[in-house]
Amino acid sequence: MSLLTVSNLAKRYRRRGRPFPAVDDVSFEVNPAETLALAGPSGSGKSTIARLVLRLIEPDAGSIEFEGADFLALSGAALRTRRARLQMVFQDPLAAFNPRATVARVLDDPLRIHGLASRTERPRRIAALLERVGLETGLAGRAIHEISGGQRQRVAIARAIATKPSLIVLDEAVSALDVSVRGQILELLLDLQRQERIAYLFISHDLGVIRAVAHRVVILEAGRIAESGDARAVIANPQSAIGKALVAATPRLHGNTAS
Amino acid sequence: MNRLHRFFRTPEAIAGALILALLVAMALAASLLFPGDPQAIAGPALLPPFQDWSLPLGTDRLGRDVLAELFHGARTSLAVGLAAAAAALLIGTVVGTLAGFAGGLIDEVLMRITDAFQTVPGFLLALAFVSIVGPSLGVVVVAIALSAWTGPARVARAEVLSIRERDYVAGARVIGMHPIAIAFREVLPNALPPVLALSSVIVAAAILTEAALSFLGLGDPNRVTWGGMIAEGRTVLRTAPYLSIVPGIALVLTVLGVYLAGEGVVESSAVRRSLS
Repeated sequence: MSLLTVSNLAKRYRRRGRPFPAVDDVSFEVNPAETLALAGPSGSGKSTIARLVLRLIEPDAGSIEFEGADFLALSGAALRTRRARLQMVFQDPLAAFNPRATVARVLDDPLRIHGLASRTERPRRIAALLERVGLETGLAGRAIHEISGGQRQRVAIARAIATKPSLIVLDEAVSALDVSVRGQILELLLDLQRQERIAYLFISHDLGVIRAVAHRVVILEAGRIAESGDARAVIANPQSAIGKALVAATPRLHGNTAS
Repeated sequence: MNRLHRFFRTPEAIAGALILALLVAMALAASLLFPGDPQAIAGPALLPPFQDWSLPLGTDRLGRDVLAELFHGARTSLAVGLAAAAAALLIGTVVGTLAGFAGGLIDEVLMRITDAFQTVPGFLLALAFVSIVGPSLGVVVVAIALSAWTGPARVARAEVLSIRERDYVAGARVIGMHPIAIAFREVLPNALPPVLALSSVIVAAAILTEAALSFLGLGDPNRVTWGGMIAEGRTVLRTAPYLSIVPGIALVLTVLGVYLAGEGVVESSAVRRSLS
């Protein structure tokens, strides 16, 4: 049974007074411990889908089923409780944290809100989380703006796994990082998936990264699904015009399908 | 103390801080240096300044010590200015944060109330309020706050509107934080700096409004105020202008000092914001 089932999802914005479909009749599912990538150019609706799935914005139509329950029917305290199972990592790790926060506070919040550890127990849990994502425990006392971009994204991942979620939405989570750090973060994500059986909804415009981490891929264009399927197969032999264009625009893939 | 260091970098900020320090020292020392009632008669009436060194700034129409009145007046001006500004900032920030964060009908209602207060000239509002309730220090503070909270409310709302769209607010929702906790833990602390930047303007305006109310005889009658001293001196303006000039200079210097120090604080925090 699938973990997340999105059916006929639609969201319209108004642009210059006219309704403009950001997401139009999109359906897909994510299985446990699987990585589904959403690919597409800017404005194809990738991030809107991420925000819809996380209930940060409300859809105009469609349904979202998460862990066997209607996710759109939840509200208030029930929704906040269920949010523990569905986490997110943002693109810009600096913007994703309160500029006044320390590393410890960022990791303390989810533990406190969901009652996962008592006050006296939390510092140990925070240290364990930092170790799990490959950071020194001494970093806990630092302010968010004092640590590097790669460390910050590791803290973001630590916050996402603090509540033991079954699904993490990664919205361009490695796009803002430089290449060497990007590889380490992807390794960490793969390792977490193997050990904790976490599923990822991996949003990216970079097909090279997608081929490295995703099992399946959905290619979007102007809010609609252009094609979908096994990540390696789709990237090796795209059928849609937009799929071909995306592959052609990725130098590492172009003319190098043998690897 | 990097922040403090930055604050004292500009001569304006240093001048402002010196004036404010002097004012605070005057207010604190008033009852030590002039322990008696400042409104008691201390010598012959209308003694000009620098004639008698036991009464350096002379005496007024009734023979009261002008220097003692000036010191005790500093206390009133400072107390009213700070209390009114604190009240205005508190009301304004809470109203603005709720309006900006809640949106919809709550936002509409709160902002129309703010509009209503803003369309009435602030001084008229204070005047009307004090004439109805009766003059006392607390009423004067409330009257001034009533006309000054709209500015902070608007700034706080605008800041909150921009901050609530940031990723870290979305992040707080994703980890399941309660909306009230998001508003007051995540949004409000980051919306505060530009609101606090208004405080020097509000303190200065509050001191001037208090002086104007006292000048019109609507100040607390049991306290010496600079506005009241100017009003007293007005009747003998031709023969003894110093009675109006001395408290007038004190008022100008105080407002100037508050402005300059406020500018310094804004400057130093602006640097901090652009760094982070």
